[in-house]
Amino acid sequence: MTAKAATPAKPKAPPPGDDDILGKAYDPRIARRLTAYVRPYAGRIGIAILWMIAAMLGYIAGPYLIAIAIDEGIAQGDLGRTGQAVLLYLLAGVVFWIGTYVRVQIMARAGQDVVYDLRRALFDHMQRLSLGFFGRYAVGRLVSRVVNDVSVVREMVVWALVAVARDFVDLFGIIVAMLLLNWRLSLLSFAVLPLMAIATELFRRQARESYRRVRSAVGWVNAVLNENIVGVRVVQSFGREDYNLGVFKRDVNGNLLRASNWASLLVSIFFPSVDLIGSFALALVLYIGGRAVLGETGWLGVTITPGTLVAFALYIDRFFNPIRDLSQRYNALQATMASGERIFELLDTPVEVPDRPGARDLPTVVGEVEFDDVSFRYVPDGQPVLDHVNLRVVPGQTIALVGETGAGKSTFVKLISRFYDASEGAVRIDGVDVRAVTQESLRRQTGVVLQDPFLFSGSVFSNIAYAHPGATPEHVQRAAEAVGAHAFIEKLDKGYDTTVGEGGAILSGGQRQLISFARALLADPRILILDEATSSIDTQTERIIQAALERLLSGRTAFVIAHRLSTITRADLIVVMDRGRIIEQGTHAQLLERRGRYFDLYTMAFAGHAD
Amino acid sequence: MNLLRLFRPLRPYRLQVAALVLSTALLTLASLWVPGIIQSVIDDGLGRREPEALTRAALAILAIGALRAVFAFARRYLGEWLVNRTGFDLRNALYDKIQRLHFGYHDQAQTGQLMSRCTEDVSAVSRFIGQGAIDLLNVIMLLIGILFLLVQQSLPLTLIGMLPLIVMTAVTMRLGRIAEPMFLRIDNALGAVSSAVQEYATGVQVVRAFAREADEATRFDKPHRELYDARVTLVGTWGRYMPTFFLLIVASTALVLWFGAVLQLTLGEIVAFNAYLMLLAAPVQDLGFVVSSASEALAGATRIYEVLDAPLVIETQPDAPALPPLSGRVTFEDVSFRYRGAGAALSNISFEAEPNQVIALIGPTGSGKTSLVNLIPRFYDPSQGRVLADGHDIRTVELHSLRRQIGLVLQTSLLFSATIRENIAYGRPEATDDEIFAAARAAQAHDFIRSFPAGYDTEVGERGVTLSGGQRQRIAIARALLTDPRILILDDATSSVDMRTEYLIQKALDTLMQGRTTFVIAQRLSTVRRADLILVLDGGRVVQRGTHAAMVDQPGPYQEIYNLQLKDQEQFQREMLFLDSEEPEAPEAHTEPVPHPKAERPDPTRAEDKPLKPSSVR
Repeated sequence: MTAKAATPAKPKAPPPGDDDILGKAYDPRIARRLTAYVRPYAGRIGIAILWMIAAMLGYIAGPYLIAIAIDEGIAQGDLGRTGQAVLLYLLAGVVFWIGTYVRVQIMARAGQDVVYDLRRALFDHMQRLSLGFFGRYAVGRLVSRVVNDVSVVREMVVWALVAVARDFVDLFGIIVAMLLLNWRLSLLSFAVLPLMAIATELFRRQARESYRRVRSAVGWVNAVLNENIVGVRVVQSFGREDYNLGVFKRDVNGNLLRASNWASLLVSIFFPSVDLIGSFALALVLYIGGRAVLGETGWLGVTITPGTLVAFALYIDRFFNPIRDLSQRYNALQATMASGERIFELLDTPVEVPDRPGARDLPTVVGEVEFDDVSFRYVPDGQPVLDHVNLRVVPGQTIALVGETGAGKSTFVKLISRFYDASEGAVRIDGVDVRAVTQESLRRQTGVVLQDPFLFSGSVFSNIAYAHPGATPEHVQRAAEAVGAHAFIEKLDKGYDTTVGEGGAILSGGQRQLISFARALLADPRILILDEATSSIDTQTERIIQAALERLLSGRTAFVIAHRLSTITRADLIVVMDRGRIIEQGTHAQLLERRGRYFDLYTMAFAGHAD
Repeated sequence: MNLLRLFRPLRPYRLQVAALVLSTALLTLASLWVPGIIQSVIDDGLGRREPEALTRAALAILAIGALRAVFAFARRYLGEWLVNRTGFDLRNALYDKIQRLHFGYHDQAQTGQLMSRCTEDVSAVSRFIGQGAIDLLNVIMLLIGILFLLVQQSLPLTLIGMLPLIVMTAVTMRLGRIAEPMFLRIDNALGAVSSAVQEYATGVQVVRAFAREADEATRFDKPHRELYDARVTLVGTWGRYMPTFFLLIVASTALVLWFGAVLQLTLGEIVAFNAYLMLLAAPVQDLGFVVSSASEALAGATRIYEVLDAPLVIETQPDAPALPPLSGRVTFEDVSFRYRGAGAALSNISFEAEPNQVIALIGPTGSGKTSLVNLIPRFYDPSQGRVLADGHDIRTVELHSLRRQIGLVLQTSLLFSATIRENIAYGRPEATDDEIFAAARAAQAHDFIRSFPAGYDTEVGERGVTLSGGQRQRIAIARALLTDPRILILDDATSSVDMRTEYLIQKALDTLMQGRTTFVIAQRLSTVRRADLILVLDGGRVVQRGTHAAMVDQPGPYQEIYNLQLKDQEQFQREMLFLDSEEPEAPEAHTEPVPHPKAERPDPTRAEDKPLKPSSVR
């Protein structure tokens, strides 16, 4: 093998991710689905649009009234007529104010309602998705769907939708007003539109790509920053500071600088160009219109008044505003489509473990569990994770599941509380197929204690009372005492009311485990599933946990993914799994006797160190 | 926070700033010209009927249009360029500072907080100093120019016409002020929604296990409702102010028309007057936001400099020599240590580790084991006493030369989102493939790495494969091996891995420890037994020291720990040995052949050691 330098070529571009899907500017499929969320509020939005039209009339009337003030008032020295026109002009302003005010108040609510419904729909759908889904969909991505993508869509629904509609209405109104005032002069002003269209199209094409580049560059910078903050201790212990800074400056941050500068260049060219085109129109109108005022009708064919000319100058200004606005909205539209696509992709993820229609509640459980020729695969036609498993467990027994990672232990226990459905065969509790009952009634009677006990960011109390939010302080304390958690809880700042922080941050691993034991004990499930941790815990806590465990397991059917020797040896039945099959079962003594896999697993674990 | 510091990031770009100011001034001048031309069109061209005036005006407008386009481009691009560039510089500075700040700083700091310094605060500052400030300058220049021109035409009309604009300035300032807390409220609500989703997704197993979906919906809905209300309030407020601005502009025009007529100004003058006022309208509307963005920028800059100004604490002293290659003797001389704002973590620790010795540290959680080992690579400095490496006080030598000779393998092995190859070569980016493979082999990682389709080029992390705890740990061991440290610090706990993986990790650790001075935060009997020196820690003090053989039969802290924690392991071993000697024959009747652990064969089809998630499904 050649000793090629291992420093790989540093990535010059951010790694691809689904956050930089380059959306179409308009995707009818997505627009249709978004519209479905808007529909319930269509009535209110319709009313808002009426108000918008009222406001538009006020807005458009302005220059027209100024023309009247100039021609019939100021030019004639008629103060009375001037006053009338000015008052009407003010009135038009007030109409605009009222129309806009009411429109925004209605739209604010309607738009937020749409977004609220959408976000709610996402969360509700999340609630029904299977655990398998959460296993493959990273938490960060999920948060980004519910928070960022919905926010992008909100921009569109609440802001862009309204603004785009307004821009179109304004544009339409202005064109009509100009045509009414003098259609030939109007056509003259519109002569610059093809130029405008070309400029916009050129910009749009470039902007699309540059927008995506900036977005993914920002994502990359954030990811690298985050990783280096989290891993700062590793960075320092390997003395990588200089190297990292070099990579960050040149590639990561440099990439962002280059992308942003390119985007800046584009907008810096585009917007002054629009203004320049606007001044073409103005020059044209002043020159030709001015001559028409003087009587050289030329191409226009008619003379016009000075007021008309001034009104035209004002209209041209108002005419270019919505155009500029619309081209800016283009990016928003594109982002909305991309976000919409991701949102609907999530909403379309099928619910893998639905309740059967007509599923009934599981009656109070005695605790017999039966695996009847159960097979399971994560993907159809995939490798079976459980392969024809048969097991019958007598109520009250403790079953220790033993085997290598990937042997199928976790999957095995997950089928009991129906986090997944068996691909073949059936899991029965007291003779009832778990698929025939409601998941809620099933899970209320099957407790799960995880290896890394997850606590919610609430108080110690609310965490223990998680399964029974109505539990009294006495109940909670009794559960805590039973597992030996009461002593340390009392020593916390605010006792049971202490906030545990995100993921239980203020507590040690052992303490979190004890709280999760108390939580399970208070839930009092008939069947308990325990994924036992072996993480290092100090001796005293270890002793307490042992005692708590015994207390927790007594009187119920329990399945333990066992690591502690003491748990394994005390189990009523040890089930040894390998590659999705049960290969041995029996008590500790029986299995050692047998000199099979169980024996090997243990000699392997200790052989290297027995000397 | 003074303004000078706020603008400090601009210092290297004086030339660009000067060009920006110049182009803004020229743009203002060009803009001021236009209403004058319109006036001449109306009064000279139309009033005095001079067709040449119209031609002149049209040409002038085109010329000014072109000039304005050039200046506007320059202004916009320079402004944006400064925003991008100062943002780039600030991010680099923060990135570098953060990665050099001592552990004590990071113990207190929160990732989210540091992230928002590097993202939101940087963009608030760079956006303001690159653009906002220029917008402000632009308004001021326009205002001065316009006032100058208007006052020359008619002082009374100027005062009257300006009145609504003054009101508008006051209104925008107010909007800027009241909008800020609204934005804050939205940010907070959005943050709460994020946390709710994040927590749900992280704790989903618990939610499902206890069938608490209904509660979770309520938990989510509370911040979600709050977000709704906050948004509605903000948009509603905006909907009150925005048309008001327009109404004020209308009022200004109306006043100019009426009083212009009353004061008998020419038509051209009135129209030009109005046009001047309109030139001010847009920038004045933006003013409120510029002002609020200024306060945001100031707050952001304060937070940024808090990080940039934080003392490094652990630094190489000036002129400190590099540490020569170590033989591996480590000496603690009466070392005490306390974390900031906490009681003593270590008190009067003294011991000496000879080269290549294994030092085992045992004791309950919080007894000071981690604090002790953290002093060796100088992650913290002792508050009293000295730590010596080969007789050099580690504070007197160059920091990197010290850390390069120390390797760490801790219980939670953090890997970076990069390929496996890059992760192993993390401490020595220049390592060759052969060296990397050798390290991976010694760490029992080569085979499983090879079993991935992309082998050593497999990406680790969110975008790549998910590695199991045992796999991560072995990569971390390879990473440490590759730097070939003289002193090794490790945590021998292997949490939540199956027995075979545990065995492999133990083997890898044994390889790693050979020929180095090793400090082990020990959990296993085998490590403790073979240690040359066991330090039993409690409450930051060494309460007992010696070898296993010397201490095991003596009543004392070691024996207590031994009985509680380690004896189990030993008993089990005895049981095994006993069984072995009873029945020396070959084991009977396996249900199926057992692969020998040492012959770990790559078998990609098997779920060997991989997490249960099927990687083929996204």
